[in-house]
Parts: sequence; structure tokens; C-alpha cells
Amino acid sequence: MKRFTAWRRRPWAGYAVVLAALAAIGVIYAGFSPQTDRAEAEGTAQAAQDLANGKQLFNKNCASCHGLNAEGTKDAKGKPIAPSLIGVGAASVDFQVGTGRMPAMNPGAQMPRKEPIPPFNTEIKTDYEEKEKREAAEKQKAQAEKNLEDLSAYIASLGGGPEIPPASATDPSKGNVALGGKLFRTNCAQCHNFTGQGGALTGGKYAPPLSHSDVTPTQIYEAMLTGPQAMPVFNDTTLTPQDKQAIIAYLVQTREEPNPGGNGLGRIGPVSEGLAGWLIGLGLLVLAAMWITAKKPKKLKKS
Amino acid sequence: MSDATAQPPKAVEGALGFIDERLGSTTFFKRNVKKVFPDHWSFMLGEIALYSFIILLLTGTFLTLWFKPSMVEVVYDGSYTKLNGVQMSEAYASTLHITFDVRGGLLMRQIHHWAAILFMASILAHMLRVFFTGAYRKPRELNWLIGIGMFTLGMLEGLFGYSLPDDLLSGTGLRITQGVAESIPLVGTYIYMFLFGGEFPGTEIIPRLYMLHILLIPGLILGMVTAHMMIMWHQKHTAMPTQKQTEEQVYGYPFYPVFMAKTGAYFLFTFGVLALMGAFVQINPIWLFGPYDPGAISAGSQPDWYMGVLEGALRIMPNWEVTAWGHTVSFNVLIPALVPLGILFGGAAAWPFVEAWVTGDRRLHHVNTRPRNAPVRTATGMAAVTFYGLLWLAGANDVIADKFHLSLFATTWFFRVAIFVGTFLAFVITKRICLGLQRKDADTISHGVESGVILMSPDGRYSERHEPARAEESTVILSKENARPEAPSRDANGIPAPDTKGPLGHLRSRLARAWTFDDIPIEPHDGGHGHDEVEAGKEPKQLSH
Repeated sequence: MKRFTAWRRRPWAGYAVVLAALAAIGVIYAGFSPQTDRAEAEGTAQAAQDLANGKQLFNKNCASCHGLNAEGTKDAKGKPIAPSLIGVGAASVDFQVGTGRMPAMNPGAQMPRKEPIPPFNTEIKTDYEEKEKREAAEKQKAQAEKNLEDLSAYIASLGGGPEIPPASATDPSKGNVALGGKLFRTNCAQCHNFTGQGGALTGGKYAPPLSHSDVTPTQIYEAMLTGPQAMPVFNDTTLTPQDKQAIIAYLVQTREEPNPGGNGLGRIGPVSEGLAGWLIGLGLLVLAAMWITAKKPKKLKKS
Repeated sequence: MSDATAQPPKAVEGALGFIDERLGSTTFFKRNVKKVFPDHWSFMLGEIALYSFIILLLTGTFLTLWFKPSMVEVVYDGSYTKLNGVQMSEAYASTLHITFDVRGGLLMRQIHHWAAILFMASILAHMLRVFFTGAYRKPRELNWLIGIGMFTLGMLEGLFGYSLPDDLLSGTGLRITQGVAESIPLVGTYIYMFLFGGEFPGTEIIPRLYMLHILLIPGLILGMVTAHMMIMWHQKHTAMPTQKQTEEQVYGYPFYPVFMAKTGAYFLFTFGVLALMGAFVQINPIWLFGPYDPGAISAGSQPDWYMGVLEGALRIMPNWEVTAWGHTVSFNVLIPALVPLGILFGGAAAWPFVEAWVTGDRRLHHVNTRPRNAPVRTATGMAAVTFYGLLWLAGANDVIADKFHLSLFATTWFFRVAIFVGTFLAFVITKRICLGLQRKDADTISHGVESGVILMSPDGRYSERHEPARAEESTVILSKENARPEAPSRDANGIPAPDTKGPLGHLRSRLARAWTFDDIPIEPHDGGHGHDEVEAGKEPKQLSH
């Protein structure tokens, strides 16, 4: 006891106690959570592998324009060729690559939507009759989905940014259609047209049509969140997630709605109506006039 | 064949006698049921307008039974569930009610709108026919002016009509109307306030437009239609230059029974086409546009086609504004609103009188001119068509840019240049085509037409025999009135002719020269010119026997 008391007064005693306490906490913590630790280690290994895949895909498909570190590139005059991708987030990557806009074909006023390149094409046909073909296609599709995920995760790892919305946030059947229509007319229709048929913008840019079924709810959500190309960003304070879901509900339900009045004429308003009026309406009546005036009575009764 | 002298049944005779004794109708009918109408398909274009107008009156009456011209705010709760819970005006809500809840309402709305489109389109087509055939000449200038008046009223009627449902698209049109009213110098803001009864959009405008749309303007148009028809009946219809047609006598079919049957059938055709379009082609889907909200706007907002020319002028107009003494004159709105249509309608109204003044032609005309035989008129008409057409297209420039993947600014600049260059080119090219066709006609008359018979002369030469044109064809060609030799500006004593004096007289004689200087005279062939081809056809025939 005396010895202990003596040690207590030694100069290094305080350090020893702190060290002992740390060791004890460490041992206790290790004792309580050995499993999670092991799983995390495994997960980290998998994540590192995915991240490496993402980085490899980035180097192969994106780095030539966006730079090896995604810092963006400029031409000799200092004019940007491609923007920095640090902080754009997973949602942006999923949108740009998933809609085929990236990798870009050639620089222009605006990148058009096109079929995504094979490593990222998640929309390929899988319903083949032959088993081998079907399995190969399914495998390719799964790989494409994984590639897109890995690339998004890699870019997100560079600087965070908006995440890919969960399916529950984009379900069109859960949104308030009436509210969505109002919000759409106020915020979106001036470029995309009241039924989402798209429209022209300045300098060769354009608002793409939203009326085709290949524009998925997730893509609409991501576009609002990230503001691709000429589109402004509608972040969660401008349009809350509920508002976004309402807009998605309006768009999807409107494009699925049949035209009660007959052929919709592209739903673009009076331009196609005028064309139909002149060509079909007046055209048919001119034909009728020609037919009716060409008819000659056989013989007029004398009187 | 029934006996022509058979007595009509007593019931018919009694009824007719009753009317005749009171109205003297027998004499009237006796004179008029035999009225002769010439036959040509293009003479039916005006009838499309007449019959569309009748259908407009009938369908419009149906729509008034349910439409509520009210700007009272209501919350929608009806069959179109996508708008449930949305605040809107009663006008918009009642239009939705007509569309989705009234039996046949959507069909009636669509027929009404298609009839309006067709009404205006057929008036324009009819006016073009009248212009290019010279049917507006004396004595028919008044009917020409009435026609221009009806087209102008039709534009207003259409504008007010598509403003009534108070949807997003029509509200945008009203917003432009407000801007145009405001752009008028000095009185603009007063006119705007009087028209809208307060700040835009207010609650007054829809009921006011409704009254104008269903009462005043249709009444005016109906009166003008009646005048138009009565004048036409009195003056008789013009006719195309055919063999049996002369300036003195109309050749065609009597009103009863032939023309009456044809025109009756044509009403049914018009009704049929409109019913088909109303049933199968969607027009003005206001439920997709949504209720009007001054804060909202859609890409591709265009008016109906007949307003497109104004829309186009507004779109390509540079942003010119002058501010002086605290007042702003908005040329960027004023010029597109007034100048293009001012030139077109003012020019069209003045044309018959200007033409008569320039050509000195004061005669009555009942036989139409072929467009090629009046090259300056035809070229001016085509220049106007081009001017109108380009402005019309410019009204859809964003749709064109979007659908054809063009730059929006490029289309604007294209139209800015094209309305001047294109109009000029249209004049020059049309005039050249007319003169070329005149030359071909002159050739047909002097050389005959190719017969397809190849002949070999004794020295081995081949030639095709030409035959004189058939009487029918040559009458049409010879309907051309050759340019009369210009009266000498000074007579033998050196005294200038009375109508060439002064600056106006100079202008007149210069214009008269421009009207005819390159005319290609077409004379009936007298056979004495010894043309090779015709002769070649005859000589070998004699020699080969």
C-alpha cells in the first residue's frame, strides 16, 4: 500500500493512469463490438473495390474532358471545355450518364439525350427467347446498373453533393396532381410547354420534352435537384420534396392521360391546330367543291 | 316525266296563294329561282365561310346555355380530377363543366372552334380567289370592302372567343391585348382602363368580351353577310372566261333546281367535315392549359392562326422605345400591332380604286381575268401573300426552332430579313412567271399545239405537226385583253393630256406604263404569218400523195 502510495506521487503516474484508462476503454469497446468491426472491414474492402471501379470508369469515359481529378478542363484561351465535377453529387452523375447526355458526343450548345453508351445502358432489351441470350443481356444490364452506381459513388466521394432520390420520393402515384400542375405551370411550363412537350431556348439551347415515357420520375427529380445544362436548380427550399413529387405526379399522369377530344395534334397548341384546319378542313372542302362542281345535271327540263 | 301542265295539289296551291296574295312572292320567285350561277370549284370557297358561320351560330348558342362569363373565384370539384381543389374563375370552371360533364359538350366546343378556324381560313382563301381573278373590279368594289370588314371583325370575334374560357393560353392573349392597348400614344392607358375596368386582368373583362362575342360582333357580321349576299345576288356572280361566257350574259346553271341542290349539298359537306374534325381532332384542350394565372406562362403560346400574323410581327420587332417628356412611346408594340395589317388591309381596301385610277379602266367587269394576264396585280398579290405568310410563320418561330432544331435567334433574324427580301423576290418571280405563261399562250395561238404526229419531209427532215388549239382552249387564251396603246401624253398641238398633268398625273402615267409595258400581245391567229411548224405540217402531206 505504501508502495502504491509512493508510485502515485511519481511524475509519470498521471500519464500511466490515462494510458491505462484508454487501454481499458479500447478493450471494453473491442469486447462489445467485435462483429461490426469485422463486417465494416469487409464492407470497406468492397466499397474500396467499388470506388476503384468507379474511378476506373471515370478515367476511361470522363477524364479526357473533365480532367484526371475531375477538376474540369479549359482550352488554350482559358475557355472552359468541361466543368469541375467536385461537389456535383451522385444525382447529377446518375442523370447525365443515365440519360446518355454524358459522355458527350461533341461539344455544342447543349448535349442531347441519346442512348447511353453500353457500359452504362440500363435500358437494354432483356426479354429474349433464347436462354443464353437473355442471361447475357440480364448480366450486362446488372453490370450497367452497378457501373452507374459505382461512378456516381466515386464522384460523390470527391466532394459530396445531392444524392440520388429514393424510389419513395419519386413515386408518381403518391404526389398531389393539382398542386403539381400549378407548380409546373408557374415554374416549368415557360420552357417545357404546358404539357411538357419541350420548347426552344436562346442560343440553340432547348428545353427537352418530358412527355416521352423514357423520361423516368427519378430523372425528373434529379434534373430539378441538379439543374442540368440550361435548367435552373430547384433545391429543396425552392421546391420541397413533396412539391417535386407533385410535379412528377402531374407530368406522368398528364402524359398517360388519353386525349378525350380525338387526336391531340402533339399537344403543342394552336400552331398544329391551324395547320390541321387549313390542310384537313379546307383541303377536304376544296375536294368536295371540285367534286360537286364537276357534277353536271343530265338534262335540264325546258320550261 | 310528269305532265308539265298538271295542276299542283290543292294544299300546295292554297298555301302558295296565301303567301303570294300578301307578299307578291310569285313574281319574286319567278324572276329569281332561275337565277343563273356559273360553275367553278373556287366559287364555293365563300360558301364555306357562310356555312361555317351558320354552324358557329348554332353551336355557339348551345355553349351559351352552360357557359358562365364570370370571374368569381371558385374551387373546382368536378369530373376532371386532376384540377380538383384548384382555384379558378367561374368562366374556366364552367368551360370544364361543358367539356367533361355536359353530354356532347366537348364535341360542340370542338365543332365551334374548328368552325371558327375554317370560317377565317375560307374567307381568306375566298378573298385570294377574288383578288387573283380580278373579281373585285367595278361593279363589285363594295362587296370587296364588306369582305375585308368581315375578315377584320372575324379576327376580333375569334380573339374574344378564345379569351372567354380564361385558361392559361387565352389569358396570355389578353395580356398581349392589354399591352397593345397601352402602347397607343396618349390614350393608351385610358383605353386599357376602360376596356378592362381596372388593373389587368380584373373581373370585368370576361363579361364584357362575352357580350361583344355573342351579341354585337355576330350581329354585325350577320348584317354584313346579308348585305354581301344581296349585293352578289343583284350584281350576279362573276364567271371564269369560258367559251360560252360573255360580259353580257352569264352562263351556268339555274338556282332552282341545280344550284340549290349543289349548295345545299355543300352545306352538308361543310357540316360533315366540321363534325368529323370536332369528333376526331382535339382543339384547344383548356384542361391541359390550366386556369389563367398572371404569374404563369407556357412555351409555345400562340394565338389561333388568323392572329398569327400579329404575333409574328410582335416577335420579330426590334425593341424600339422612345421616352420623351415623361411619356414612353412603345414602337416595339405599336408598330407590329398597326403597320403590317395596316399595309395589308388598307392596301387591299384601296386596291380596286387604285387599279381603276392607274389603268383608267371604268368599265363593268363580269368575266374574271386569268392571273397571268394581269402580271402586276398577280405579283402584288403574291408579294402580299409572302409578306403575310412569313409574318405568320414568324409567329410560330419557337415551335419551328424546336421542331427543326434551329437556333431561336437565327429564326428571328431570318424573318426580319425575309419579310423584306422575300416580299420583293415574290413580286419579281411571280411577274416573270406570269409573263412566261403569256408567252406560252401567245405561242399556242400563233403556232398551235403539238399534235404528236411526226412527219418526214422528202429531204429526210423530221418535224412534228402542230394543230391549232381547240376552240375551248383558244377562247380561254384569247380572253386576255391586250394592253391598249398608251395615249400620247401630248397631243398634236403639244398640249398635255388632262390626266397627266401635275405630280399626280405624272405618277399615274408612270404607274400605267409599269402596269402594261412588258405585256405580251396575243392576237387570234390569221394563218398568214407562214410559221415553219404549221406549214411543215401541211406541205409534206401534199407532197407525199
